Amino acid sequence: MHISLSDYLMDIVQNSFEAGSIHVAVTIEQGLEKIVCTIEDDGKGMDAHQQRSVLDPFYSEAGKHDRRRVGLGLPFLHQAVEAAGGSFVLESALGEGTTVRFSFKSDHLDTPPTGDLALALATLLAHPLAQDLVIKRQWESDGKRGGYTLDRSELLEVLGEFESSGNLLLLRQFVASQESEVPSEVR
Amino acid sequence: MAKMTLEELRKLRQQVQGDLQKRDIEGKDSRIIIGMGTCGIAAGAKETLDGFLSALDEKKITNISVTQTGCMGLCYVEPTVEVIVPNMPTVIYGKVDKETAKKIIEEHIGAGRLVTDHIYDRPAADIIKKDGGR
Repeated sequence: MHISLSDYLMDIVQNSFEAGSIHVAVTIEQGLEKIVCTIEDDGKGMDAHQQRSVLDPFYSEAGKHDRRRVGLGLPFLHQAVEAAGGSFVLESALGEGTTVRFSFKSDHLDTPPTGDLALALATLLAHPLAQDLVIKRQWESDGKRGGYTLDRSELLEVLGEFESSGNLLLLRQFVASQESEVPSEVR
Repeated sequence: MAKMTLEELRKLRQQVQGDLQKRDIEGKDSRIIIGMGTCGIAAGAKETLDGFLSALDEKKITNISVTQTGCMGLCYVEPTVEVIVPNMPTVIYGKVDKETAKKIIEEHIGAGRLVTDHIYDRPAADIIKKDGGR
């Protein structure tokens, strides 16, 4: 199991990159009562059998890891969501893409902490398989709303690449500065 | 911390590039590859990545390549990290937490000395053959 919501999110978004997606859209909507994350990709998608199987920890897509037969990303998330009274929806069409949407109630004892979301988002932006990745982070607290958008193409244009340690430090700093504006009660 | 704009980021980038040109390029062609599959993430690979970036920042080293990869097949010693430095053997370190990351930067990258108590594997010639060494 993962420790934080940020870790679950990182794990699931990586699936989209590994599915050969060009466009990946991540939306994180956080309010006082719940956090809802949506990951939408245009990767290779899954048929009905695969969609049922991905929640089984003893199923893994053939060929992803030679000789390994377990796949724990989605089963971990599903289990965590069930334990915390959240929701989980997987929609997919073969050859078209996949959408995963999950939510956690803020006040449930078993809801994992958000964790270092800025670091998780910076790590996803720098993932070697990421192409068009747009992350929307929205928050709402006591009638006030806010948020920020991270567009990988824009950031790539500014930084040039996401591989050298100097650029990764700048990327981490940039994302952390966006996240610093989010009120602490919805972080 | 105030919210940074893209323009401010661009200026900072130019500043870093300028600093880099001023001094000898230390660590050029060195690579740090962090295993970030489900197993890596569960064991804290995100914090390991942060540890490497912070240690590099402390030493003002900006030109080492830091990338992510999936599971390296050593789930029992996650977080795992492959370190490639010219003229040194390629090493896969295991159980790399923030402190170990700092040690790897100081010793392996900085002083050219292996951090022997964390070496778990390295790609030997027979492993990287087409048949996977089977």
